[in-house]
Amino acid sequence: MSPTFLYTVEVILNGLMAGVMYALVALGFVLIFKASGIFNYAQGVMALFAALTLVGIQQGQVPFSHLINAVFGTDIHHFGWTVPTLLAILLSLCVMILFAWLVNRLILRHLVNQEPIILFMATIGLAYFMEGLGDLMWGSDIKRLDVGLPSGGSFWLEDVTAGWAAEGSEYYGMYIDLLDVWATMIAVTLVIVLTLFSQYTKTGRALRAVADDHQAALSVGISLKAIWVIVWSIAGFVALVAGIMWGAKLGVQFSLSLIALKALPVLMLGGFTSIPGAIVGGLIIGVGEKLFEFSIGPMIGGATENWFAYVLALLFLVFRPQGLFGEKIIERV
Amino acid sequence: MFYREAGDFKTSYAADGQTFPIAFDRWRYMIVVAIGFLAIPLFITEYMANAVLIPFLIWSVIAIGLNILTGYCGQVSLGTGGFMAVGAYACYKFMTGLDVWYVSACEGGANLFFLCTGVATYSVLFELPEFNIAFSVLMGGLTTAAVGLLFGLPSLRIKGFYLAVATLAAQFFLVWLFNKWSWAYNYSASGQINAPTRELLGFEITGPTATAEVKYLFCLTILFLMAWLARNLTRGRLGRSWMAIRDMDIAAEIIGVNPLKAKLSAFAVSSFFVGVGGALFFSVYLGAVEVGEAFGIQKSFLALFMIIIGGLGSIFGSFAGAAFIVLMPVLLKNIMVGGFGWPTDIAAHFEFIILGGLIIFFLIVEPHGLAALWRTLKEKLRLWPFPH
Repeated sequence: MSPTFLYTVEVILNGLMAGVMYALVALGFVLIFKASGIFNYAQGVMALFAALTLVGIQQGQVPFSHLINAVFGTDIHHFGWTVPTLLAILLSLCVMILFAWLVNRLILRHLVNQEPIILFMATIGLAYFMEGLGDLMWGSDIKRLDVGLPSGGSFWLEDVTAGWAAEGSEYYGMYIDLLDVWATMIAVTLVIVLTLFSQYTKTGRALRAVADDHQAALSVGISLKAIWVIVWSIAGFVALVAGIMWGAKLGVQFSLSLIALKALPVLMLGGFTSIPGAIVGGLIIGVGEKLFEFSIGPMIGGATENWFAYVLALLFLVFRPQGLFGEKIIERV
Repeated sequence: MFYREAGDFKTSYAADGQTFPIAFDRWRYMIVVAIGFLAIPLFITEYMANAVLIPFLIWSVIAIGLNILTGYCGQVSLGTGGFMAVGAYACYKFMTGLDVWYVSACEGGANLFFLCTGVATYSVLFELPEFNIAFSVLMGGLTTAAVGLLFGLPSLRIKGFYLAVATLAAQFFLVWLFNKWSWAYNYSASGQINAPTRELLGFEITGPTATAEVKYLFCLTILFLMAWLARNLTRGRLGRSWMAIRDMDIAAEIIGVNPLKAKLSAFAVSSFFVGVGGALFFSVYLGAVEVGEAFGIQKSFLALFMIIIGGLGSIFGSFAGAAFIVLMPVLLKNIMVGGFGWPTDIAAHFEFIILGGLIIFFLIVEPHGLAALWRTLKEKLRLWPFPH
C-alpha cells in the first residue's frame, strides 16, 4: 500500500475519533432540546465546569480559595487530602445534579412560555455566569486532569501499519492516540446506555413522552418540572463525561468551553432533535475537517479546522434546512 | 409635568410626523446633543475618553447595527465580530492605499490575468491614493455591507437557531481569513494592522498623537449621523417591512412584503453600521489590531448582550445597552480593584458572573430591556406629580 493511502486512512480514523468527541458534546444539546425545546448554549461551559469541579475535588482544592484569601488576607489553597477518582466523579455528578435543580428552580421556571430565542439568550447568560463562577471557585490556571485513562500513541499499531507500506518508502506507521480510542468506546457505551434508558425504564419513557408532546405528557400525569430536572441532570452527566474526555486530552482550561461552538455545526448537520443525527453529524464533521485540512489546508495557509465545520454545515443547510435527521417543517417563505 | 402633549398643536403633516412629537422631548434631545458636542469636549480627559466615552460611542454604532438586524428584522446574528473585522481591515486598506495585483508573467501554465496555473510573477496593477479617514471609514462600512449581504443569503432558506449558528460561519471564517491573507495586513511581519496618522480638516484623527477631544468629536459626529439614519430608516417603509418580517414572515409575505428584499437589506444595512463601528474601533480607538484578539467571538456576544439589556428593536435601547456594557467593567474594576484592593483576576471573574446574571435577570424581569424601563418612566413622569 502506498504511504499516501495510509496517511489518508490515518486522517480519516483520527477524524472519526475527533467526530465522536464532538458528538459527545452535541448529545447534551440534543437531550435538552428534545425534552424542553431549549437550545442550551451553556452545554460547553457545563463540561468545563464539571471538569473543573472534578479536578478540584480530586486534588482537595478549597473552593473560592482565591477570593477568601483576597478578602480575609488568609493563605489557604488545599484541604490537604486527595479524593479517589471514582468518588470524585460521583461527587461531581452530585454537583451537576444540584446545578440542574438550581437552573430549573431559579431560571427556567420564570421563563416558561417565552420565545425560544429568549431562552437561548438566557442560556448564553448562564454560560457567562458559570464561566466566571467556575474560575472564581477553582482558579483559572490550566489544570491537568488524570483519571487513569491511557494516553499517547499505540506502538503496536505503529509497528503493524509500518509493515503494510511498500518496501523502501518513508513510512513509520500510524499514530493513533489511545485516549481517543478510549473516548470512542466510552461514547459508544454512553449512547447505548442512554438508548436503553430511554427505551426500557419508566423515567426514560416519560422523557420521550415529553419530547413528543408536552401537553399530552402533562395530561397523563407526567410532571414536567421533575422531567426537566432529570433531563438537565442527564445533560450534566453527559457534560461531565465530555469534560473528562476533553479535559484529559487538552487540559482543563477556559478553551474547553469553546467546544460547545464546535458542537453547533454538528447539530446543524444532524438536526437538533435526533440522537443518531448528533453522532452521524459529529462523524461527518470530524472526518470532513480533518480531510480538508489534510488535502486543501496547506494550500491556503492551514488552520482551516476553525471554520470548515461551520461552512460545511451552512452549505448543507441551504439544501436541507432541517438537517439530516431533523423533523421536517413544511413552510414556504 | 414632563412629556406632556397638551398645548402643543400641530398644524402641518411634517410637524405631525416628526421624530419627537412632544415639545419637551424635542428640547431634551437638543440639549443632549448640545452637551455632547459643545460641553463635553471642554472637560474631556484622556482617561475619560479612552476608557468610557470613545468605546461607548463606537459600541453604540455597532449596537444600532445589530439591533437593526436582530431587533427590527428578527434575524439573530452571532457574526458581529467578523463583520467588525471586515470594516477594520477595509478601512485600513483604503487608508494606506489599496493595491491591486495581477499576474504579469506566468510560466508553464495558462495566464488568466489574476489566476495562473503555473509559476506566476505578480505586479501591481494599480494603487489607489491614500484616502482621508472619513472616506476610509465609509468605505469600510460599504465593504462590510457587501460581505454582510453575502452571508445574509442563507437567511432566505434557514431561520431561528439554524441561522444564528450559520452566522458563526461568518465569524470564524472572516477572522481566519484576516489572519492568513497577508494582502489584508499589507504583508507586515507581525500580522497586525496599525493605524497611521491621518488628518481631517487639519486635525489629527488617528495615530498616536491624536488628542482625545478630536477623536471624541469625530466618533460623536459619525454616531450622530448613523443614529439619525437608523431612526429614519426604521420608521420608514424599509423599517416597517423589517418589522413585518420579524413579527411573522408568512403573514408579511402575504401582505406584499418581499422577504428577499427585506432580509437582505436588513443584513446589508446592519453590516454597514457594524463595519463603520469596526473601522472606528480599529482606527480611532485601538490604533493597532490583531484580528483574533480584537474581533473574536466574545465581541459578537458583547454586542448581542448590549441589545438584549438595552432593548431589542429600539435605537435608544442600543445607546443604553452600549453605555451599560462599557461602563459596568470600568465601575466594577474601580470598586473591586481600587476600592477593596482585590486582584484584577477576581474582578474579571466577577465581571463574567455579574454580566451573565444580569442577562438572565433582564430576560426574566424585563425582556424588553432598559428601553422599556425608560418608556415606563416617561409614562410616570407624564402624570407626575398627580398620578390619578
